[in-house]
Amino acid sequence: MKQKTDVLQGTLALMVLKTLDVLGPLHGYGIARRIEQISGDLLAVNQGTLYPVLLKLEQEGAIESAWGASENNRRARFYSLTREGRKHLQVETQDWQQTAAIIGRFFEVKPEDLS
Amino acid sequence: MKTLRRFFTRLFNSTARRAQEERLREEIAEHIALQTAENLRAGLPPIEARRQAMLKFGGVEAMKEDYRAERGMLLIENLVRDIRFALRMLRKSPGFTAVAVATLALGIGANAVVFGILNALILRPLNVPQAESLYGIERGNDKAVNHSYPDYLDLRDRNRSFEDLAAYNVTSVGLDTGNNPSAAWILETTGNYFDALGIHPYLGRFFHAADEHGPNSAPYIVLTYAYWHSHFQDDRGVVGRVVQLNKHPFTILGVAPLEFRGTLLIVFPDFWVPLVNQEQVEGMNVLDARGNRGLLMVLGHLKAGVTPAQAVADLNSIGSYLEKTYPKDDGQMTFSLARPGLAGDWLGDPMRAFLTGLMLLAGLILLAACANLGSLFAARAADRSREVALRLALGSSRMRILRQLFTEAVLISLIGGAIGLWGSVELLRALSVWQPLPTAPLQVPVNPDANVYAAALLLSLASGLLFGAVPVRQVLRTDPYQVMKSGSTRTVGRRITVRDLLLVVQIAICAVLVTSSLVAVRGLARSLHTSFGFEPHNALLVETALSMAGYSGDTAPAMQKRMIEALETIPGVKTVGLVDRLPLYYGANGTHVFTDKTSDLQPSNAAAETVIYNISPEYFDAAQTTLLAGRPLSWHDDKTAPPVAVVNREFASKIFGSATNALGGYFKRRDGTRIQVVGIVEDGKYGSLAEDPQAAMFLPFLQSPAGQMCLVVRSNGDSPQLAAAIKSAVTQLDAGLPFSIRTWNQELESALFPSRMATLSLGVLGAMGAMLSITGIFGMAAYSVSKRLRELGIRMALGAQPREVLHAALGRAVKLLAFGSAAGLLLGILASRVLASIVYQATPRDPLVLTGVVLAMSLLGLLATWIPAQRALSIDPMILLREE
Repeated sequence: MKQKTDVLQGTLALMVLKTLDVLGPLHGYGIARRIEQISGDLLAVNQGTLYPVLLKLEQEGAIESAWGASENNRRARFYSLTREGRKHLQVETQDWQQTAAIIGRFFEVKPEDLS
Repeated sequence: MKTLRRFFTRLFNSTARRAQEERLREEIAEHIALQTAENLRAGLPPIEARRQAMLKFGGVEAMKEDYRAERGMLLIENLVRDIRFALRMLRKSPGFTAVAVATLALGIGANAVVFGILNALILRPLNVPQAESLYGIERGNDKAVNHSYPDYLDLRDRNRSFEDLAAYNVTSVGLDTGNNPSAAWILETTGNYFDALGIHPYLGRFFHAADEHGPNSAPYIVLTYAYWHSHFQDDRGVVGRVVQLNKHPFTILGVAPLEFRGTLLIVFPDFWVPLVNQEQVEGMNVLDARGNRGLLMVLGHLKAGVTPAQAVADLNSIGSYLEKTYPKDDGQMTFSLARPGLAGDWLGDPMRAFLTGLMLLAGLILLAACANLGSLFAARAADRSREVALRLALGSSRMRILRQLFTEAVLISLIGGAIGLWGSVELLRALSVWQPLPTAPLQVPVNPDANVYAAALLLSLASGLLFGAVPVRQVLRTDPYQVMKSGSTRTVGRRITVRDLLLVVQIAICAVLVTSSLVAVRGLARSLHTSFGFEPHNALLVETALSMAGYSGDTAPAMQKRMIEALETIPGVKTVGLVDRLPLYYGANGTHVFTDKTSDLQPSNAAAETVIYNISPEYFDAAQTTLLAGRPLSWHDDKTAPPVAVVNREFASKIFGSATNALGGYFKRRDGTRIQVVGIVEDGKYGSLAEDPQAAMFLPFLQSPAGQMCLVVRSNGDSPQLAAAIKSAVTQLDAGLPFSIRTWNQELESALFPSRMATLSLGVLGAMGAMLSITGIFGMAAYSVSKRLRELGIRMALGAQPREVLHAALGRAVKLLAFGSAAGLLLGILASRVLASIVYQATPRDPLVLTGVVLAMSLLGLLATWIPAQRALSIDPMILLREE
C-alpha cells in the first residue's frame, strides 16, 4: 500500500508541476481534472491524494498558493509554479527522460542482442 | 537545504494547526462542490451527483491523515495526541488506573531500592581518586584479607606492581578531650595511608610515612569530617590540640574531607591513628609478630600499565620467598586481588550473593506485576474491541492503534515508575543515615545516584512495553466487519488464552516469593530458640577495654579481679564472669592447635582450628554454659600453675576422639605450650548462628591476659536499676574508664542482624507478591464474572443453584490459582536451598512451611475471589435479562 502511494506521489508531483507550468495558476480541482484528462485513470478514484502532494510541493517551495475566486464564484485556493519550481521541473524532466530512455532500451533488449 | 526548510515549515505548521486544518476543509468542500456541479452538468440527479463526487475524492479521513503527515511533525504530534487520548481514557477508569499505577509503583520501587543498595555496595567503587586501580590483597585459598604487619612490610617493600601499599585495622579506643571520656571507633593505619590513597586534608595536615619512627613514635590523630562536626563543633582551632587517647597524649593533626570516610564501605570510623602506635591504642603490639595476622586489610593502587594478573604473579613470587624464609609462620602465601570496599570477598561474597538473590526476587516481582497488568490490558483491549473495530473501519492503520495502546501502557508505567522511584529514593536516603547497630559504627551508605534513576526509568519503559505487548495479537486479529456485526459478546473461550497463562505465571512467581519468605521467617524463629551455648536472658554486659584507661601488663588482671568483686557485691547480682570477646560478636579469635604428639608445629600439621576465649573462673556460671565433665577453671589457675583449659565437646572429639579421652589429656599450641584439658562444656555458637559446630577452648585469663574485656553480670532481672548500680560501681573504681552497659539480648541483635535483614526483605517481597496475586486473581475473576453476567443470569433463571453458579463463574480462576500455586511452591522449595546459606536453619522441607504456603495461597485466592463471587451470586436474572 505504502510503496504504491510513494511511487504515485513521485509521479503525481511531476504531473502537478507540468500541469501548472503549461496551464498557469489552477485550483486543486482544476489540477485534478487536467491530470485525469491526460493520464486517464490515475486520478479517477482517490482525487483526494492530490492534496498531500500539493502541500509537500508547497513546503518545498516548488509551488505557492493564494486565495482566489473559482468558476462558480466561490473562494478557492489557486496554486502556481515558483521560479524554483520551474527549475525543479526542468531537472526532473531531464532525469525522467533519461530514466525512461534507459528503461525503454532495457525493455527492447532481446536475448540475441546480449550474446 | 530543502529538508531543513521542510523541517522548519513543519515545525511552524505544528503550531499553526487550526488555520491549516480549516484551509484543507475548505479546499475539500470546494473540490467536491466543483465535481458535483460537473456531474450535474453531465445529467446526474443531485444526490447521485454528490455521491459520485465523494466517491471519486476517496477516503477523506485517510487523506487528512496523509495530509497531516505531510504537514507537520507527525510523530510528535501523534504522540501528543496519543498521550492526551490516553490520559482521557485513564481518567475515565480511575479504578483501573489506580490499580495499575500502584502495582507498578510497588514493582519498580522494590527494584529501585534493591538496585540502589546493589549499586552503592557492589557496583560503586570507593570514594577515592582512581578507584578503578585500587585493589586489596587476599591471601590463600580461603581468600583471607587479614595479614601480619611484618608480611605487610615485605609485600610493600618487595613488590614492583603497586604504587604504594597501605594497611589498616578497625578498633575502638577511649578518647578524653577534657570532659567525659567516650569510646570511639578508629582506623589504625600505616603512615602512608592517605598518601597511598591520594586523599588531601580538608583542614590541617595528615600523617605521613616519614612520621613513623618505630613503636609509639607517631601520636597523631586525623579526624573524619563528621566526627569533627559532631564532637568538635567545626572548631578550626582543633588542629594542634592535644587530647588523651587511652590516657596517652595524642595531637590532632587535621580533618579529612567530608567525602572520605575510610576504606571500608559500611564502617564509618571517627578518626585515624597511625598503626605504629598500636601498643598505646590496643594495649598490645603485634608489629613484630609475623604469625599474628591482625591487619584487617592491605590495599594500594596498581602502577599505571600493570594488569591485576601481573600484580598477582609479582605478589606470589614474594609469597614463595616468605614461605621459604618463615616456614613456621607463613603457610600458604599465594595471593589474589579484590575490591577493597567490602574487605574483599570476606564481606563482599555473601553480600553479593544475597543482593543478587534479592535483585532476582525483585525482578520476579516486577515480572509478576507486568503479567498482572498484561492481563488487565488484554481484558481492556477485549472490552474496547468495538472501539478498535470502529477506528479500523474509519481507515486507521493497525500500527496507529497499537501505538496508541503502547502510549497508554508506557504512560502508566512511567507514572508508576515515578511514584515508585520517589518512594525508593526516600527509603534509600533513610537507610543511608540509619545506624542498624548501637554498638558499631555500621552504616550502609546507599544514597541513590544517577545509575538508580536511569535503572528505574529503563525498568519503567521496559515493563510498559512488556505488558503493553500482551494485547498486540488481539488487536492485529481484530476483524472490524465481524465485530461490528456481532457486537463484542464474544464467548469466554474454553481454550487456554494468553491471559490464563499470564495469570498462572504470576501466581507461580508470587507463590515462590511467599514460600521463600515463609522459609526465612521460620528459620529466624528457630534460630532464636536454638541453643547458643549460653543464656542471653537476664544477663547484663559491661564492656570495656582496660587499655583505654592505661592498664597493661600485670595491672590489668588485678583491676579485672577488683571489678568482678565489686560487681558481685551489688544486690540482685548472682555471678559475674569475664570473657575477652563475646561469642557471636564480629567473629571469634581463631588459632591452630596440635595433638600432643606433633613436634613440627606448622599450620599444615594442625589437628584443628579452634576459637579461643580467655575467661574468668565464674564465666560459665554467669553465661550458664553447661559443664559436661571435669571442673571449671579456678582462681588458682594463674601464672604459677600449669597451663590448663576447658574445651567444648567438638574440640574434645576432634583432638582426642571422645570426651572421656579428652579429660586430663594434653594438646599443644603454636608456641609449643602443652595445655591440659580439665573440663568439657557443651557446644555453642561462636562466629555466627548459621555455622556448623566449631571447636572452642577456654583459657584462664590469669594465664592468658585479655586486653579487651566483657563482664557478664547474671542477675534475677530488673535491669534498669541494676545498670545504674553497676555504673556507679565501675565509676568508683576508675572514673577515667570508658565502658558501656547493655543486656545480652541487645548485644545479640548484631549477631541476628544479617538473618533479620534477610528475613525482613524477604518478608516485604513476599507481602508484595501476595498483594500482586490478589489483584491479579481479582482482576481475572471480576472480569470473567462481568463478561458472563448474562450467561450466569440465564443459568440462574433456568434454576442453577448458587454452588453451580459459583463453579461456572469462578471455577477457572480457582483452577488456575491451584495450578500456579503448586508450580510456585515447587520452585520456591528449590530456591530456598540458596536461602539456607544466609538464614540459619532455613529449610523448605518443613511441614509448617508447606501448609503455611498452601494456606496463604488459598486465603489469597479466597480474598481475591470474594467480591466477584458476591457479585455473581447477587445477579438478579429478571433485571439482567430485561436490560439486554
